[in-house]
Amino acid sequence: MKEKLVLVGNGMAGVRTLEEVLKLAPDMYEITVFGEEPYPNYNRIMLSPVLAGEKTIEEITLNDRQWYEDNGIKLVTGKKVTNIDRIKHKVIADDGSEHSYDRLLIATGSKPIILPLPGKDLKGVIGFRDIHDVDLMLEASTKYKNAIVIGGGLLGLEAANGLMQQGMNVTVIHLLDRLMEKQLDDASAKMLKSSLEERGLKFLMETQTEAILGKNRVEKVKLKDGTELDADLVVMAVGIRPNVDLAKTAKLHTIRGIVVNDTLQTYDPRVYAVGECVEHRSNTYGLVAPLFEMSKVCANHLAKHGIGMYQGSVTSTKLKVTGIDLFSAGDFFGNENSEDLVYQDEASGVYRKLVVQNNRIIGAVMYGDTIDGSWYFDLLRDETDITDFRKTILFGQAHLGDSGHGEDDRVALMADTAEICGCNGICKGEIVKAITKEKLFTLEDVRLHTKASNSCGSCTGLVETLLALTVGGDYSVAPHLKPMCGCTDFTHDEVRGTIKRNELKTIRNVMDFMEWKTPDGCGKCRPGLNFYLTCAWPDEYVDDSQSRFINERVHANIQKDGTYSVIPRMWGGETTPKELIALGQIAENHKVPTVHVTGGQRIDFLGIKKENLPAIWGDLSKAGFVSGHAYGKAVRTVKTCVGSEWCRFGTQNSTQMGIDLEKMTWGSWMPHKFKLAVSGCPRNCAEATIKDFGVVAVDSGWELHVGGNGGVKVRATDFMCAVTTTDEVKEYCAAFMQLYRSEAHYLERTAPWIERVGLTYVKERIVDDAEKRKKFAEEFWFSQKFSQDDPWKARAEGVDAHEYTPIVSMV
Amino acid sequence: MSENWLKVGKFDDIPKLGSRLVKTADGDIAIFRTSEDEIFALRDSCPHKQGPLSQGIVYGKKVSCPLHDWKIHLDTGLAVAPDEGCTASFPVKIDAGIVYISLDEKKTEE
Repeated sequence: MKEKLVLVGNGMAGVRTLEEVLKLAPDMYEITVFGEEPYPNYNRIMLSPVLAGEKTIEEITLNDRQWYEDNGIKLVTGKKVTNIDRIKHKVIADDGSEHSYDRLLIATGSKPIILPLPGKDLKGVIGFRDIHDVDLMLEASTKYKNAIVIGGGLLGLEAANGLMQQGMNVTVIHLLDRLMEKQLDDASAKMLKSSLEERGLKFLMETQTEAILGKNRVEKVKLKDGTELDADLVVMAVGIRPNVDLAKTAKLHTIRGIVVNDTLQTYDPRVYAVGECVEHRSNTYGLVAPLFEMSKVCANHLAKHGIGMYQGSVTSTKLKVTGIDLFSAGDFFGNENSEDLVYQDEASGVYRKLVVQNNRIIGAVMYGDTIDGSWYFDLLRDETDITDFRKTILFGQAHLGDSGHGEDDRVALMADTAEICGCNGICKGEIVKAITKEKLFTLEDVRLHTKASNSCGSCTGLVETLLALTVGGDYSVAPHLKPMCGCTDFTHDEVRGTIKRNELKTIRNVMDFMEWKTPDGCGKCRPGLNFYLTCAWPDEYVDDSQSRFINERVHANIQKDGTYSVIPRMWGGETTPKELIALGQIAENHKVPTVHVTGGQRIDFLGIKKENLPAIWGDLSKAGFVSGHAYGKAVRTVKTCVGSEWCRFGTQNSTQMGIDLEKMTWGSWMPHKFKLAVSGCPRNCAEATIKDFGVVAVDSGWELHVGGNGGVKVRATDFMCAVTTTDEVKEYCAAFMQLYRSEAHYLERTAPWIERVGLTYVKERIVDDAEKRKKFAEEFWFSQKFSQDDPWKARAEGVDAHEYTPIVSMV
Repeated sequence: MSENWLKVGKFDDIPKLGSRLVKTADGDIAIFRTSEDEIFALRDSCPHKQGPLSQGIVYGKKVSCPLHDWKIHLDTGLAVAPDEGCTASFPVKIDAGIVYISLDEKKTEE
């Protein structure tokens, strides 16, 4: 017989937990849900748009009755559970009926705080919490004129905005001198107030209500100073408090909320609790992201998987008032040990403040342009040391030079037809529609359904902002530590660590040992594992070609029509007449449709049919060429200028340095593509300062620069150090590459990697510590012994012939 | 069923978690082999932008297209939701280590 799981509270947190349970253990429980409201589960954070007339109730329903039926869940609405018999494991409803449970989940949410004012029970005085409240407000807006909202917090302002949209004359009464005092500082609150005033809202600040007057229905609101205001509707939005009534009656331990541990169990281990009714490590939460994080952990334990701990959440907030961009997170008031970094431009309506302590962000407030909100929030949660970019941090994440979406970053103000994702041609309207219609909460969901930001990723910030704006700022942000992919809960770092520590030497071993959730991984994790194993065991690991992306599997770059490109290596970008004649002859013999010169100083043959690859490689190999690895997550090119050999400005022989570096590094597999360049003087004709590893010759020696790239998000390198000899350049280069190879996540280029770990971290290992540097360099050189076989020559001689020939031709 | 079975070749010549191509007068067909040694045949053309599915990464009973990473079910040829689309699938069988294919398309219920 199935165990019985009872959920009390048919809201977002509770039902989300059920969804997670059903994913993990679809047949474990017989499930019953008690909901006080006569509706199935809806998206409570979308009530404001319903009030503002921008959405309908159907549009914000998350799980309709059919969903409960399809999953065999019994839904009891309109009945209130009033007590729990914890000895006999039964819940008791207000009509006296009883229902037994093996496990009980309480998700009773929260209740609006109603101020104990005279007249609070008059008709027309309401809170702002559920669909019933919204109905009352909408009804009032058709019959009456004057509305008073008590409370200038997030909820109060959203209610006020909604009522104004419905044509009412709205005044907000706020006790303090600052709106949204929990989310905003003085400057940003002032900007918000004036822009809401422009839209027609009226504010009474530092004002206290004394009484609500009226006979049957509210007629007036009387203030402490004696003023009386006409009022046909009063909305109390002064806050919410966890709804612990049931828990208290059942004698479960409560303080502000129902106290739970890191596995979301109350003091009665059979009874779990999630959501706004919960108090965890002295915190209560009222936003979606933490509720969903709790649901995930709770479901894991209900499904008896027994892993996962909830360790609390850092939250960020956004106001759901159309057209206003506002963001805040963490502790933005600071303390005596913190400092403020402030950017303020009142004319353009832009304000951002970061509160920094020990060179780490502890809080952020933004008004106007909030595009970098998610970046600051990541830095805050990851406790990233910002020393290296503190000077520019207020200007955002280097948007200068980004390609693909121009300079549009005021998402809330964009037209529905504005293109957000330039790669896939997705407009704002399409994304918003998908988020609402498909009930999307995470960036991954949006990518899956719309493809927006799924290609080059440059518009990720825009999409995240749009998501926050649409579902409310409390959308579910990516978890603190991202699992490698959907096949596992482990992070990249955990996987790499385990491979080394437990001497795992095949993909199968890793998947078995780390209990992969899928039989043979997916197109995301398998190439990653293949690289991690190659890097960890250079002399032992046997490459798994079926876990390589097609380009690396067949050593050529697939093109849109299914043909391939062939780019041989040209050491340091230098060639000879003899080589050029050979290339020309080969291209002509094989009738190569297009010959192109690449940005990395190579010659590219395009339009080669797969079955012809081995033949063309054979000819190239005979002429002395090897694979250029232009298709791989590998060392691509070393670009050079002519340097002191020819140039009148050249200070060192940059060409020879480039050739030497390429001979040393070619063939090495990397977490992502890896480009190098050597310039002969600071005029930098080889563009070394936008390469992963760039060398710039100066009169006294060589400058070493790291972490640059062109492309979507142009990033200039960071200066690592200066050295004097050729051997030093080689050692530093090898050591830097090995550090990156062994610690970066698969598909993470040097630029985001350095931004994640910090330049200081890299310098400590490569520049400051000679012993570590030597060790990394030795490891690199060792692994190169096994990677400098030319894959083209081998395939021309018959290796992997099955890749290049059909199994049968029936033509 | 009166399929007209045509001989493809040796089962062992198809790599595990890999694919081989069958050239026909009506275009290319990809034969896939899963880790469980099941085989499937699909038109070698992704419903999205006609990418060659035979070049994709095979996992479970799916293949991800090398061009834009659409995922296709090997048994039905349907794109994995929320993407929509379908590529033709063909009956295959193994007999004494030899793979056979029928060029009469399987019917897929959308």
